[in-house]
Amino acid sequence: MSNHQHPHHHHTAPLSEIEQRVKQLETLLVDKGLVDPRAMDELVDTYEHRVGPRNGARVVARAWTDPEYKQRLLEDATSAIMEMGYAGRQGEHMQVVENTDKVHNMVVCTLCSCYPWPVLGLPPTWYKASSYRARAVSEPRAVLEEFGVHLDPDVEVRVWDSTSEIRYLVLPRRPDNTEHLNQDQLAELVERDAMIGVALVPAPTEAAA
Amino acid sequence: MDGAHDLGGMHGFGPVDRSQQQNFVGEWEEKVFGLTLACGMQGKWNLDQSRFARERMDPAHYLGSSYYEHWLHGLELLLLESKLLSIEELESGIANPAGVFEPVPQERVPGLLEQGSPTLMECERSAIWQVGDRVRIRNEHPHHHTRVPRYIRGRCGEIMRHYGAHIFPDAHSERGEKVPEHLYSVRFSGEELWGDKAAEAKSAIFVDVFEPYIEGTAS
Repeated sequence: MSNHQHPHHHHTAPLSEIEQRVKQLETLLVDKGLVDPRAMDELVDTYEHRVGPRNGARVVARAWTDPEYKQRLLEDATSAIMEMGYAGRQGEHMQVVENTDKVHNMVVCTLCSCYPWPVLGLPPTWYKASSYRARAVSEPRAVLEEFGVHLDPDVEVRVWDSTSEIRYLVLPRRPDNTEHLNQDQLAELVERDAMIGVALVPAPTEAAA
Repeated sequence: MDGAHDLGGMHGFGPVDRSQQQNFVGEWEEKVFGLTLACGMQGKWNLDQSRFARERMDPAHYLGSSYYEHWLHGLELLLLESKLLSIEELESGIANPAGVFEPVPQERVPGLLEQGSPTLMECERSAIWQVGDRVRIRNEHPHHHTRVPRYIRGRCGEIMRHYGAHIFPDAHSERGEKVPEHLYSVRFSGEELWGDKAAEAKSAIFVDVFEPYIEGTAS
């Protein structure tokens, strides 16, 4: 256990029932030889610190600045994203859906929590919770309003329910007044929620405010 | 199976709790994630079998518990069903006997994550449907694992894209077999799924649908 401690968490209160159950299971699995504690740390550390929405933001910024790349991305997202170095578990088969002035896309998994890990990391808790999974398909505009996204009535909302191993990434609209920004600066503007489709990318002045 | 996991269109959950921004709430959730993936790398079960283990949770418990509690329930069930642990070991927390398996070492983790589990397969049968076809989804309620959500069963939609043939989740879960079936992106209008009164204007729902889930051409 000595190499499997998390120094950023300190328990002073007694462990809850579920914490005890997990701790007991962890000890048992290590004792049985089923789990290498260092492998477990590696798994958590990978998705807590190394793989996250900055990857997706780089894909988006490149698509905004490189029309030829954008075309490849929309036609064969898996290889266009792999070209940027992002691939693997829960991103084996990728599809990118583009927002325009006529179409807004958002992504959900009503049956579990499917989410494109290599480009966005692990999903936020609200994405996995009942309310979002239940309502994204039946009242997407109401959900978007809760996220502060107000769409014109003539914009079509397309909801992508991730029921197979295809993983969806939303290509948000590039904000106005960003012609002077380079790819890295553009990537800074792109937050996780915009790539799930529950936010728009704000213009740089708004972002700075 | 028609479990509590099949949430699309259900009412009563209230607004989305946007305060929940993080992936893990507490260290125990990190541990459940790490243990589940580490045990999964033993190769005793596949992704659809692990989904089915979570889906079999008691519905009231499923809806009343957090996401990683579903994972914990699923992991314990898989460990028992695949005989990696006995019920006595799980209850006591004492390994009997200890040290009988070989864990996947840390060094292999990055490679396994990078490799993932691609599901695209060759298929000798050609795809039945073409882009633009209007199809009706079968109204079937199997007891086994399936990836056709309740809210599209019996409904009509348009084939928008053919994704090739992928591992069919139903057989993958039931028998561990990798059977290729053609996979389509099917577009349903909000009105078709929720009725004219409840549907929001100008909304469309795109669902990935395996060929066996399709009944036939819709008029």
